[in-house]
Amino acid sequence: MASAVMNMTTAALDWVSVAFDAPLARAVVFGVHIDGHLVVEVLLVAVILFQLTRKSYKPPKKPLTEKEIDDLCEEWVPEPLHPSISEDMKAEPPTLESAAGPHTIIDGKEVVNFASANYLGLIGNEKIIDSCVSSLEKYGVGSCGPRGFYGTIDVHLDCEERIAKFMGTPDSILYSYGISTIFSVIPAFCKKGDIIVADEGVHWGVQNGLHLSRSTVVYFKHNDMKSLENTLEKLTRGNKQAEKIRRYIVVEAVYQNSGQIAPLDEIVQLKEKYHFRVILDESHSFGVLGNSGRGLAEYYGVPVEKIDIITAGMGNALATDGGFCTGSVRVVDHQRLSSSGYVFSASLPPFLASAAVSAVNYLEGNPSVLTSLRSNIALLWKGLSDVPGLTIGSHPLSAIVFLKLKKSTGSSKGDLELLNNIADRMLKEDSVFIVSTKRSVLDKCRLPVGIRLFVSAGHSESDIRKVSDSLRRVATTTLAEHL
Amino acid sequence: MVRLPYLTALTTLFSYGLLFAFGQLRDFFRKLIDWSRSKSKDLKGYAPICLGLEDFYTRRLYLRIQDCFSRPIASAPDAWIDVVERYSNDNNKTLHRTSNTTKCLNLGSYNYLGFAAADEYCTPRVIDSLKRYSPSTCSVRVDGGTTNLHTELEELVARFVGKPAAILFGMGYVTNSAIIPALIGKGGLIISDSLNHNSIVNGARGSGAAVRVFQHNSPSHLEDVLREQIAEGQPRTHRPWKKIIVIVEGIYSMEGELCKLPEIIAVCKKYKAYTYLDEAHSIGAIGKSGRGVCELLGVDPADVDIMMGTFTKSFGSCGGYIAASKEIIQYLKYTCPAHLYATSMSPPAVQQVISAIKVILGEDGSNRGAQKLARIRENSNFFRSELQKMGFEVLGDNDSPVMPIMLYNPAKIPAFSRECLRQNVAVVTVAFPATPLLLARARICISASHSKEDLMKGLEVISKVGDLVGIKYFPAEPPKHAEQEKKNL
Repeated sequence: MASAVMNMTTAALDWVSVAFDAPLARAVVFGVHIDGHLVVEVLLVAVILFQLTRKSYKPPKKPLTEKEIDDLCEEWVPEPLHPSISEDMKAEPPTLESAAGPHTIIDGKEVVNFASANYLGLIGNEKIIDSCVSSLEKYGVGSCGPRGFYGTIDVHLDCEERIAKFMGTPDSILYSYGISTIFSVIPAFCKKGDIIVADEGVHWGVQNGLHLSRSTVVYFKHNDMKSLENTLEKLTRGNKQAEKIRRYIVVEAVYQNSGQIAPLDEIVQLKEKYHFRVILDESHSFGVLGNSGRGLAEYYGVPVEKIDIITAGMGNALATDGGFCTGSVRVVDHQRLSSSGYVFSASLPPFLASAAVSAVNYLEGNPSVLTSLRSNIALLWKGLSDVPGLTIGSHPLSAIVFLKLKKSTGSSKGDLELLNNIADRMLKEDSVFIVSTKRSVLDKCRLPVGIRLFVSAGHSESDIRKVSDSLRRVATTTLAEHL
Repeated sequence: MVRLPYLTALTTLFSYGLLFAFGQLRDFFRKLIDWSRSKSKDLKGYAPICLGLEDFYTRRLYLRIQDCFSRPIASAPDAWIDVVERYSNDNNKTLHRTSNTTKCLNLGSYNYLGFAAADEYCTPRVIDSLKRYSPSTCSVRVDGGTTNLHTELEELVARFVGKPAAILFGMGYVTNSAIIPALIGKGGLIISDSLNHNSIVNGARGSGAAVRVFQHNSPSHLEDVLREQIAEGQPRTHRPWKKIIVIVEGIYSMEGELCKLPEIIAVCKKYKAYTYLDEAHSIGAIGKSGRGVCELLGVDPADVDIMMGTFTKSFGSCGGYIAASKEIIQYLKYTCPAHLYATSMSPPAVQQVISAIKVILGEDGSNRGAQKLARIRENSNFFRSELQKMGFEVLGDNDSPVMPIMLYNPAKIPAFSRECLRQNVAVVTVAFPATPLLLARARICISASHSKEDLMKGLEVISKVGDLVGIKYFPAEPPKHAEQEKKNL
């Protein structure tokens, strides 16, 4: 057996050496001496090339058959459109039966109204109502078209000129709804790749605008200038491309969620140091702050040209609806074609634009209304200084007086329940109408909830005394076990 | 459907190319001039608001024809309007008002039922409510902004549309932008028509859900997209979608055509997707009693999950509404940001809608509502058939009061608009970016307040201008009565 194998091996080796000694193996081609090993190498290269040209093995992709897709569609069960309705979702707000002035009628009873942002007391003003009536008779109610397609009525242009003259800026642009102003302005100027530094306590309209702009958004601690400076420093240090990227700071003048006032002089200093542009939302400070009501810039003595973009909703001090944005000519002109809330939406009803013009005329002609507003706020602060369980968290000059619980229950839901209790009891027992802050599920703001009192220049001293007495009485009994 | 002839497409592309080349040339010279002069100090270190080509279209193309847009008027947007004349000293870069006005026939405002100007039933009631409730409540709906007018209108709208409950908002644009995020979030899918309005696109983006688009008005493509998406699931993780909402509009404002609602509802029911119908242009304008596209096409309102509409077009007011089941409305009142943070609708505007709906339903004691509805239907059908007979390319379905006339070439846009204005007819022309680049058009909106003489004058002027400008792309039909007379002889 072994000898047979040996024989076969020797025969094979002889055959191989013969192959090596074959004349082909000793040929000289083109001056290259072909040895036997060259044959093996050529065979090897040929095998490698052969393998490379084969397709690599992939598991075959089988697309889903029609029947499989049908089965998947049968099995899929969607969530319902709304979550199950809980008890607090069924609560209805009280219905007013007359104008929302300092006194209003709810359920047939007259109540003192601290829930309307009617800062200058212009609801029910005769001159404004007369101008609205003449506007209604001439133009009807709606404007029936967007600004680009015969929806521009001469009262809109008059209103824009009037506001620009009042604020001291070159031009302004009108929007048809207060909340749509800020979330149309921000995406018009901030695009993907830009940097925005915003306060964490801004309201939902600003948050929505920041989300729609698709820029990089960095939040800083609420009204904390040190935190703002650190954020700006971190973002601009060592960044060579900063020249090409647009950078914005977004703040509110008077924050809806807390009643604080933004320190504009420090913000302007920081903005000039780090080359940022400022977008300022003056919804609750226009007509309130400053010696003649021109807003935060006048209050701090900052020239209005230093603020790049000022927006405001007119649904507060001016007692009408809509919003405006004002700034340099470049800023305003750019919005006329690229701001979606201006281009794709019907324009403001003309009677609201004439109401705005009359309101601004009134404010310019009667600056004493601001002094009565300020004295009302001071009186309210004095009256609320000794209410048990609640502290005032807002700035002394803000017309939104914000009351927080001294000791929180631990969850905002629990806090809200307590505060709603207080508000309900005050309405039922003392005929005083106040409201607590309501947060939507979609709101990202995490500031504490509280009670907001909107002070008006039309409130009399007895109204203010009534609300502070009532609040003291109800808070003592409701928060007794909680304190 | 738009049929674009090859020759027209070539000439249009050539025109845009020429405009682009000239614009670039001007930009180049502007850069040279700016470089030789010193730049202002204020902008040192700040990036410009618009870089390079971002506003090229605005500066070089739109500004040339700026006088065709944003024309101010000095009267109510009724059948005849006073257009304010404007002049420019710097080749259309800035326009200034004069105090002269020209009286023009209004074929551009959304005034479908003629409620735009002072109305004999509505205006006295609106003035009453203004004196009682003043122009604004200065408060949000959940605080002190709900008056009994608001509750009355919500019940009336729910009854009019045929749903159990409704909720109001002060602006139609905000309705879409704030409701869609409240209904669907991350992990959900929105399938919307490719030609949907900007407010729906904004709302879909703001919600954080995935968005897919299906071919305009094509139920078969919608079915394909639904099958593919349900089978694949969410991108990358392949988890099943949480919910799917399909968004369509009743009348598409740039095409004038109706949505194929019965087929789309059938597809959505089969695949368990929710439907959202935006009736901004169709509520009050079509249907036998003005109840919109559901009534016209015979769809039961209970089959559509959410119906949205605006009051700007047919009711001559402002604002929007959502009508759906009681539970959905309760949930929206609890969480929708536009209800919790935005000033409530102005009370006189609410009263205008209440009175307008009462007129349409005939509850004011007259039959003016039925007359208006019949008149707008007759006017639209008459105008559309006459334009088609003259040889214009008109889009849109029968019964729809919106009719776009195709222009295509960018030079014809200002030519048509200015020549019509010279002959006292005010039309609306639309170009990029509201429509695709090659498909510029003029859009006519018919109203119930247009009389037969107004329509005849409009047709005469449009025909003359159409001949001048050269937009009668189809052969005109010969006048039929000449042939009839020949036959009778």
